[in-house]
Amino acid sequence: MNLTLKIWRQANADAKGEMVTYSIADVSPDMSFLEMMDMHNEQLIGNGEDPVAFDHDCREGICGMCSMFINGEAHGPDRLVTTCQLHMRKFKDGDTITIEPFRANAFPVIKDLAVDRSAFDRIQQAGGFVSVNTSGNTQDANAIPIDKHDADKAFDAATCIGCGACVASCKNASAMLFVSAKVSQYALLPQGKVEATDRVMSMVNQMDEEGFGNCTNTGACEVECPKGISLENIARMNREFMSATLKG
Amino acid sequence: MITTSIARKVAMALSGLFLILFLGQHFTINVTSVFSEKTFNFLSHFMGNNPLVQFVLQPILIFGVVFHFVMGFVLELKNNKSRSSKYVSFKGAANASWVSRNMILSGIVVLSFLGLHFYDFWVPEMNYKYVEILPKDPDRYYGELVHKFHSPVRVGIYALSFVFLALHLYHGFASSFQSVGLNNKYTRGVKWLTSAFALGIPAGFIFIAIFHHLNG
Amino acid sequence: MAKLDSKVPKGRLSEKWTNHKSNINLVSPANKRLIDVIVVGTGLAGASASATLAELGYNVKTFCFQDSPRRAHSIAAQGGINAAKNYQGDGDSTHRLFYDTIKGGDYRSRESNVYRLAEVSTNIIDQCVAQGVPFARDYGGLLDNRSFGGVLVSRTFYAKGQTGQQLLLGAYSAMNRQIGRGKIKMYNRHEMMDLVLVDGKARGIISRNLVSGAIERHSAHAVVIASGGYGNVFFLSTNAMGSNVSASWKIHKRGAHFANPCFTQIHPTCIPVSGEHQSKLTLMSESLRNDGRIWVPKNIEDVKAIRSGSLSPTAIAEEDRDYYLERRYPAFGNLVPRDVASRAAKERCDAGYGVNATGEAVYLDFADAITRYGKEQAHVKGLDENDAVLVKKLGQEVVRAKYGNLFQMYEKIVDQDPYETPMMIYPAVHYTMGGVWVDYNLMTSIPGCYAIGEANFSDHGANRLGASALMQGLADGYFVLPCTIGDYLADDIRTGHIATDTPEFDAAEKEVKDRVAAFINNKGNRSVDYYHRKLGKIMWDKCGMSRNEKGLKEAIEDIKALRTDFYKNVNVPGSAEEFNEQLAKAGRVADFLELGELFAKDALERTESCGGHFREESQTPEGEALRDDKNHTFVSAWEYQGEPEKAKLHKEILNYEEIEVKTRSYK
Repeated sequence: MNLTLKIWRQANADAKGEMVTYSIADVSPDMSFLEMMDMHNEQLIGNGEDPVAFDHDCREGICGMCSMFINGEAHGPDRLVTTCQLHMRKFKDGDTITIEPFRANAFPVIKDLAVDRSAFDRIQQAGGFVSVNTSGNTQDANAIPIDKHDADKAFDAATCIGCGACVASCKNASAMLFVSAKVSQYALLPQGKVEATDRVMSMVNQMDEEGFGNCTNTGACEVECPKGISLENIARMNREFMSATLKG
Repeated sequence: MITTSIARKVAMALSGLFLILFLGQHFTINVTSVFSEKTFNFLSHFMGNNPLVQFVLQPILIFGVVFHFVMGFVLELKNNKSRSSKYVSFKGAANASWVSRNMILSGIVVLSFLGLHFYDFWVPEMNYKYVEILPKDPDRYYGELVHKFHSPVRVGIYALSFVFLALHLYHGFASSFQSVGLNNKYTRGVKWLTSAFALGIPAGFIFIAIFHHLNG
Repeated sequence: MAKLDSKVPKGRLSEKWTNHKSNINLVSPANKRLIDVIVVGTGLAGASASATLAELGYNVKTFCFQDSPRRAHSIAAQGGINAAKNYQGDGDSTHRLFYDTIKGGDYRSRESNVYRLAEVSTNIIDQCVAQGVPFARDYGGLLDNRSFGGVLVSRTFYAKGQTGQQLLLGAYSAMNRQIGRGKIKMYNRHEMMDLVLVDGKARGIISRNLVSGAIERHSAHAVVIASGGYGNVFFLSTNAMGSNVSASWKIHKRGAHFANPCFTQIHPTCIPVSGEHQSKLTLMSESLRNDGRIWVPKNIEDVKAIRSGSLSPTAIAEEDRDYYLERRYPAFGNLVPRDVASRAAKERCDAGYGVNATGEAVYLDFADAITRYGKEQAHVKGLDENDAVLVKKLGQEVVRAKYGNLFQMYEKIVDQDPYETPMMIYPAVHYTMGGVWVDYNLMTSIPGCYAIGEANFSDHGANRLGASALMQGLADGYFVLPCTIGDYLADDIRTGHIATDTPEFDAAEKEVKDRVAAFINNKGNRSVDYYHRKLGKIMWDKCGMSRNEKGLKEAIEDIKALRTDFYKNVNVPGSAEEFNEQLAKAGRVADFLELGELFAKDALERTESCGGHFREESQTPEGEALRDDKNHTFVSAWEYQGEPEKAKLHKEILNYEEIEVKTRSYK
């Protein structure tokens, strides 16, 4: 396949970025999107140009590091995949592909397509944990049976890979899906319930401080989430937040 | 209390639900005008002169309306600011409905309509009762109503506004349940009911306007 | 360098760890506040160690090259984590887990370390559940288990196909708690460039900020390396793109012995290579072998028809299929250990029975499992067990619930529906049992420098059993290192803060800066990836699933030549003072180019076959691996002497006190 790529180039956080047009030939439909980007970078290096910076690591859809906004959608046109799992067979010969970084004030661009998502880490540091020491003296793992339905729901929430596609896709750059997934995981488990009140308050406060937008229930995040995290989690977090507020 | 994003979201939902309640009540009274002039006049007179309605409910309602749209604008501004460098290509339609993404637009149309509506009914009404303090006339309401719908332009504007109200409600009503934390096995049913309301009530209002235009 | 001292405590095997814990030196809580520890890497081992050290009161500085500690490649582990809980009542015990691990490792691991691992395994599960890790549960609300290769009990705890992710997020959450409290200072997007020694002790590191390019000095009383394995020396592996050997290699060059580099695990169930563009390989969890049956056609005509596309695998009759694992290893069948399964697949493909265009793939078939589960469900629901369509539908639902995400992953990559047609799989490099040599306390041969998790060599011998990597990472990080490190640090309570404006730091920083500048100024004509791919090809062809003397000798020469070419002609664009992926990669590939040679040298030296290391010269008439216990029951620990070829071999003789060394048989 021969393709035209329009890629956002930005030298560093302070530089002004712009879209630059490139063309690339002989792309195999079996390549992953990132392999196509590798090929493109090899060409740039060969021509003495600066390769395009982009984040990636595991290349099997689980680390959450890859983060491109392709043709107007986070992780591209396919559903339930990350960019590294997107394959070129989803595109046609002659296509023009627009590639941008995830954009949000809370995710400043580092270079080209790589952005800084440490805001997510700070939200987790505010309360995304169970306060239990790793002493090895905890009670037996089977001491508290957990309703399978709750355990399954907690697992589904916990599959979030923290890629930031929810923020990138939301017209308001809201991080509600990400935060609610973590809040839900713990709220559904007896081990996490103990400090549920403080957790939801601290995490939501941190989320607001980071400069994410407000949720207006458009549902774009759920559609674009590579792990299919459900909007139910946001409803659960709203509930948790209200009950925490009322408790004071 | 309304300093966090979720509190704002819940407040938006609750004020919206309150306005929807009012809308239902307003429609119930208006629709009586289609089949019974007498009932309509009776209800209108009651609402216009009952002190509880006038001095307790009416201010709450006005507060609700003002709060809802002021908060709507505040949120829109905040949300806009959370992404100062915009996408070159953003395919909003791929993952979210037009109505959900354009609440501010439908909201502004509805708000402008409210201005017209106040100018048409509420201002004259206030003037009648509290400024000029004219004598009470329990039978004047129906006539005033029909009179307003003589102009085809006004009927057109009303109809168009209600289309936008329908769009606003179509997302807003169901969405407010999500905001207050209700998303469970009943959600599909709720979606269905709220959609029926969102389409039915504005359609009813349009019907009333056209009905009086044609019969007036 | 002094003789190897593994510092294994005296006493009975089952009492060693308990006694050791009671007798080693401790640091008082007040003094822990005065001590700094650096941890490099945030996978299961690094994250759990950072969290626990911080909880204990040490000041921890943790480094990872990714943008967040949560991205470390432990996250990609799919299948599960072993623990001798015996919740299933199927006869499991600490001793059995210990025995299975030693046997699975083909009797090339240190007995005392493995026993300790089995001992603390149960604590890990308790700990993780307390942290809110959502393990799979049954309808009674209790934890569910499944079975993995090389064992006869169900002791594997799992969270669908994302166990590694859930465990890592648990450790990451424990870290977050300590970062929030200020006890861990986290350095994301930082790469360790070198280790700094002061008076022969590890006293800090030089790091590079990958965003700004700044070279920084960090001091500490001890340095813990938890940077994972070196599978990427093969270029194509199931490791993440960034996984590298650099931290381990830098400490090796500063004096830490590197042990058993040739012990590499080739995982049998990976998605086959599709073309030259391939950048990495994707694993399909071993748990699939619980239900999937592995086969190739019996007749070479069928193979040809399949390759040409004129025959579909589902059309091949049962009697024309060769379920070669079930045929060769009736006792363990499809659940033989990974090294055995991989070699068997290679044997069939080498014989010409590979089922894809490249001839390097075998089938992993779920049709039987779907029928079996479907009938079971039909029976439970009181439906017609003979209705094939219904049975298939019900069976697919069960399989979807168990392996849904893996099937989806396969379909996205290969573009075939594995519910309808068998998966194609082929072995790929997955894990490295070898690593930095450590003693019982997990300290390397450099005082104050520790290595944990996949970065060290200690627990898996010549082959690792499935679901044991997660167990070892967390055991080292949560329970072993935080305890043993106190023994060393107890002497450091009066040392005080370690200054970084010393000649040792000056010298180390200068070396790093020179190295970086050399890459930038080289202005060659070949990209870093060009060399990495070439190296990978040499490794796979000559140091891969089977090795021989001639090939290994060639590999050593080839790698040497490639390394020379690399330093002469590599092209690293951009500058050192910016976000420069190519520069970071160049440093990593440079280290792989040295490690690769030591790898081949080690493989050449070990003339026996054991575990993942198969020497063609040492096999039974049936083609099974043949160990040479008389001459090779030792750990090869290599001491750096300026060049990989000059590395000096030290042997740690392995003594088995409690178990009898036997020929491994899964027949």
